[in-house]
Amino acid sequence: MSLEYTSSEMMSVTAARALENGMTCFVGIGLPSEAANLARLTHAPDVVLIYESGTLQTKPDILPLSIGDGELCESALTTVAVPEMFRYWLQGGKVDVGFLGTAQIDRFANLNTTLIGDYKAPKVRLPGGGGAPEIATNAGEVFITLKHSKRAFVKDVDFVTTLGFGRDGKGRDNVPNIGKGPTRVITDLCVMKPDPGSKELVVVSLHPGVSREEVIEATGWEVRFAEQLESTPEPSANELEILRELKARTERAHADA
Amino acid sequence: MSEFLSLHDAVARYVQDGATVAMEGFTHLIPFAAGHEVIRQKKRDLTLIRMTPDIIYDQMIGAGCAKKVIFSWGGNPGVGSLHRLRDAVEKGWPCKIEILEHSHAAMACAFEAGAAGLPLAVFRGYIGSELPSVNDQIKFIECPFTGERLAAVPSVRPDVSIIHAQRADRQGNVLVEGIVGVQKEAVLAAKHSIVTVEEIVDDLGATPNACVIPSWAISAIAVAEKGALPSYTHGYYGRSNRFYKEWDAIARDRDTFTQWLDNNVFNAADNVGGQA
Repeated sequence: MSLEYTSSEMMSVTAARALENGMTCFVGIGLPSEAANLARLTHAPDVVLIYESGTLQTKPDILPLSIGDGELCESALTTVAVPEMFRYWLQGGKVDVGFLGTAQIDRFANLNTTLIGDYKAPKVRLPGGGGAPEIATNAGEVFITLKHSKRAFVKDVDFVTTLGFGRDGKGRDNVPNIGKGPTRVITDLCVMKPDPGSKELVVVSLHPGVSREEVIEATGWEVRFAEQLESTPEPSANELEILRELKARTERAHADA
Repeated sequence: MSEFLSLHDAVARYVQDGATVAMEGFTHLIPFAAGHEVIRQKKRDLTLIRMTPDIIYDQMIGAGCAKKVIFSWGGNPGVGSLHRLRDAVEKGWPCKIEILEHSHAAMACAFEAGAAGLPLAVFRGYIGSELPSVNDQIKFIECPFTGERLAAVPSVRPDVSIIHAQRADRQGNVLVEGIVGVQKEAVLAAKHSIVTVEEIVDDLGATPNACVIPSWAISAIAVAEKGALPSYTHGYYGRSNRFYKEWDAIARDRDTFTQWLDNNVFNAADNVGGQA
């Protein structure tokens, strides 16, 4: 029997599955946080979640609205000062994967969370870098999750807040002490991975019911597809149930506060 | 030794027009009551430093207190934009402000370097980011031992830092608990510091490794009950996520914002940060 689910749920479940049990993950707020906690509540109970507010090995019962909600601290193994978080735990090489969202991403997986338009006269001012610039280079690898649209997936980002592979795909070449960078991008339509040579993002897996045309239509460059294009496995009933419970719990808690 | 002052007197004494001010608290323990007092006293031309400007600086920017903001993430957490910050940057209302933006790692290291009395912070950062092209305070240096290229930023040395904490004892020692952010670093990096607290107690109840700031490292302590609302104080009250969401509509419009400021800051008692 086929299950009913939304494209957002498909994205969250696929993003969650990217995390392996036992990994240490530095979690961005929003979609990455939803995916990381879904992983922890399903196939990866021993995944270690770290938030930039200093909360180490945290197990929130509800999703935080902000990166520093009390829930993160109360359910953490310990909470450290923010300089320690960035210096010892992230820069010190203790993080396997950084899980990030973004406003804009380009074909070389560079991320823009700074602004749309020109820096001196921005069309839209976005929040800025936050933890991302150093998460993306100091974590072992980077997963990125965001909704697919032509506005978000652009050929060249307006501003490189956070390094993917640079404007020419060579931004990590010969740089010492740097992580692998983005290894997968999970959207509501597909999964993309960087081409091993050029580092351009290539579609490796289409979500069930999604056509190549839909991905082409939602991508701002001439997107390529892997020769062995796969079909992303559907969410299981258990994953959907746990995700929906998590979101309902979160909504109730935030409405009361 | 720290001195117990009213919030009014502490702000009047230590926050001068044109000063460089850091009001820290990483989502938690944001010193809103003190921010409102700065607004009420109509302080001007401040250089405001905070990793996350949050609603507190949105309010102070909208009220015309700032000439410059140094920050690393300028959004309303989980909600969206800081509309007063954007209006000031994009349209110059109520006055033009300059911004200088960093990453979190850079600011955290800069506060730590300030506390350590160093002129700069060195870290492995900004690799491949275009932030150094728009912020001339970001430089790169070569490690004299390995030759590795590392990022360097000037340390943060505010004229005054203001934080909120759970409690102080009668000698003026302060306990900070929960998400401690860069609060201790902000106090130690500054020439002067004001700590607002929920209450004064006989015994802090601190465990050996707790985050305690000694009285002699603080300039002034002021009691401000619920002084962190709509952010929160671990062990005392929760974050008003509802107010953070409501702020979006309040701050979006200049008139609504001005009205809110009149009702909740200018015409409110001086030790109440909360209005949520």
